Amino acid sequence: MSARVLIVGATSAIAEAVARRYAAEGAALFLAARRTDRAAAIADDLRVRGAAVVTVGAYDATVPDTADALVAAAWETLGGIDVALIAHGSLPDQPACAASAALTRQALEINVLSVIDLLTLLANRMASVGHGTLAVIGSVAGDRGRQSNYVYGAAKGCLAIFMQGLAHRLVPAGVRVLTIKPGFVDTPMTAAFPKGPLWASPQTVARDIQRAIERGAQVLYTPWFWRWIMLVIRLIPTSIFQRTRL
Amino acid sequence: MLPVRFRDQVVPRVAGSVLPYGNGRSYGDSCLNNGGTLLATRGLDRFLAFDPSTGLIRCEAGVLLSEILSLTVGYGWFLPVTPGTRLITVGGAIANDVHGKNHHLAGTFGHQVTCLELVRGSGERVLCSATDRADLFAATIGGLGLTGLITWAEFRLKRIANPYVQVERIRFDSLDGFFDLALGAEREREYTVAWIDCLATGRHLGRGIYMAGTHAAPTCDGAPRAPGRTLSVPFDPPVSLIAGPTLKTFNELFYRKQFRRVQTGLEHYAPFFYPLDGIDQWNRIYGPKGFLQYQSVVPMALGRDVTREMLQCIARSGQGSFLSVLKVFGDRPPAGLLSFPRPGVTLALDFPFKGPSTLRLFDTLDALVAQVGGAIYPAKDARMSPALFASGYPRLDEFRRHLDPVFSSSFWRRVTEDVA
Ligand SMILES: Cc1cc2nc3c(=O)[nH]c(=O)nc-3n(C[C@H](O)[C@H](O)[C@H](O)COP(=O)(O)OP(=O)(O)OC[C@H]3O[C@@H](n4cnc5c(N)ncnc54)[C@H](O)[C@@H]3O)c2cc1C
Ligand SMILES: NC(=O)c1ccc[n+]([C@@H]2O[C@H](COP(=O)([O-])OP(=O)(O)OC[C@H]3O[C@@H](n4cnc5c(N)ncnc54)[C@H](OP(=O)(O)O)[C@@H]3O)[C@@H](O)[C@H]2O)c1
Repeated sequence: MSARVLIVGATSAIAEAVARRYAAEGAALFLAARRTDRAAAIADDLRVRGAAVVTVGAYDATVPDTADALVAAAWETLGGIDVALIAHGSLPDQPACAASAALTRQALEINVLSVIDLLTLLANRMASVGHGTLAVIGSVAGDRGRQSNYVYGAAKGCLAIFMQGLAHRLVPAGVRVLTIKPGFVDTPMTAAFPKGPLWASPQTVARDIQRAIERGAQVLYTPWFWRWIMLVIRLIPTSIFQRTRL
Repeated sequence: MLPVRFRDQVVPRVAGSVLPYGNGRSYGDSCLNNGGTLLATRGLDRFLAFDPSTGLIRCEAGVLLSEILSLTVGYGWFLPVTPGTRLITVGGAIANDVHGKNHHLAGTFGHQVTCLELVRGSGERVLCSATDRADLFAATIGGLGLTGLITWAEFRLKRIANPYVQVERIRFDSLDGFFDLALGAEREREYTVAWIDCLATGRHLGRGIYMAGTHAAPTCDGAPRAPGRTLSVPFDPPVSLIAGPTLKTFNELFYRKQFRRVQTGLEHYAPFFYPLDGIDQWNRIYGPKGFLQYQSVVPMALGRDVTREMLQCIARSGQGSFLSVLKVFGDRPPAGLLSFPRPGVTLALDFPFKGPSTLRLFDTLDALVAQVGGAIYPAKDARMSPALFASGYPRLDEFRRHLDPVFSSSFWRRVTEDVA
């Protein structure tokens, strides 16, 4: 049977590239997105590329209590979920967050609390059937707090710890949990940044994500070299690190 | 460069003009907008619909022809018209109204388009076809990106039995030999094009190889495989590898390789249609100064004589030309107001850039083309004069009425400046 895949934040460039890979294998997909018209355009494309069925559902991470309805709808429509990829996120304006508790809270709601809502509900469903993979897009930014981006980093770091615990809990249930930590990816989220040799395409990252899901990996750095870059970054002593502008 | 990823994104308000940018495979400045903004359309890479039973396909404008082939060849459908590279977008194929080796039977890419959506600078969305807003449709085909942003288009694919092409290569010893083939029974073949040895002179002037191809029949045997890894020119050579002596040997060898007068064989479609796509960054072999392209079309009545004169000029100049391609276009009226392909003979050349002497040769060729009311292909031009553009594109004034005031290009400003 072809895979049943839920993608939350389906209009993300990385998520769309992952969806295309599943579509080419004849998967059944449920696309949850804030902008359903765009998700519908993606759905048409995925059908042409080979997806067995594609359904679009509305999801806005800033609206409280939406996770329940979404998870129930996706589970029903797909008849169970083999892979859930949670991809939505937004890069907050760090200086603006530093000046505003409200903005900081909002950034945490979008980037971590909404994700944890979904994870809790999905984990319980998957545990009840003893099957499934939960994959979440975190970030290398969650590996160490930096003055330039620590609100986003805190959200992604919190996710990573949550996922680590969830993975531990779900071992007996046979549910897999994958934290994806991309480095720099050329997507609309990073449109304003100057690009260099460390930058990867959404297609490269998507290939790594699909492979990691198949392998049953728990943590994925993508592209691979970020594992080593982040190792070094984590090892830099605080006294030296705080003298940088990172 | 502003990326466009979704069809609903309207043309952004920016200071200065905008120009859609496809995959940048045009050679000159028609895909550049100095001082303005480029709208990068590669993110518009979705299919809207594809019916494997009828071959009707609808896709966004940033989809590459190679992506269409990957999807459809397995279902037995091929591009109805394809240029010599599959690494171009559908938007670019329409905006330059590109042609292929089957122009004599199928016309241009624009002839295949049934409808398209255009987003104007004002934000207005227009569905254009031969029956709806036909005037804007004709202006947009071959419209060089100046009538607005094409978001998606629909066209009909062509039935094939398999990915192979039955190819015949026929050697001819003179320009007359070419015209005999191109205007005779060989004209009935689906794909035809001739490679010319630009260095040959005297009675050998215009000698070359005529290539004719037909999609293979369902029963063909000994099917060749798709070529594997692409080769690449991994470094920039300090000098042009296509300089005088190398070029001479290359052209001589290429011509002599055809020991027999006629060679036939079965080929995968990729090497037949896209020989250069197999070599990443193939243009590096031209060395640090790069190269210039030149493609002209002249009316059939005088085509033979003008082509002869042009080839004489090139041979005499000793500038050589790595790829020189000759083809007789079909009689179908152009699809767009500014379409380059029209009934006549087209000659495509590329030269390693050697400074003023190369430019002087181009001026001589221009004069010959202008004399007989011919035209130069904007997709391969970086230097034609406003006067030659105006005389080569007689429907220019009609086209101007459809220009979008927000859109412009370096090419357009160059070829329309102070035409007296
Ligand atoms: C190796 C090689 C072989 C070639 N062989 C042929 C050939 O056999 N026949 C032939 O006709 N051409 C040929 N060409 C030229 C090429 O097909 C054209 O230049 C083509 O238009 C390039 O498409 P692109 O997607 O790269 O567009 P670009 O070069 O980026 O842009 C071309 C034009 O299209 C416009 N445009 C792009 N997207 C849109 C859009 N969405 N809406 C509106 N306007 C848009 C741009 O503004 C620009 O004016 C060849 C080129 C190469 C490199
Ligand atoms: N790009 C990078 O360098 C990079 C690096 C590390 C991690 N990541 C992570 O990768 C993931 C995907 O991002 P991307 O790079 O593919 O960028 P993207 O294309 O901009 O995707 C961001 C997605 O998040 C969605 N989103 C934002 N706010 C939302 C909300 N309130 N409710 C629902 N959806 C919302 C957006 O939906 P709309 O289309 O409706 O706006 C969009 O689909 C994110 O979690 C990001 O943090 C990216």
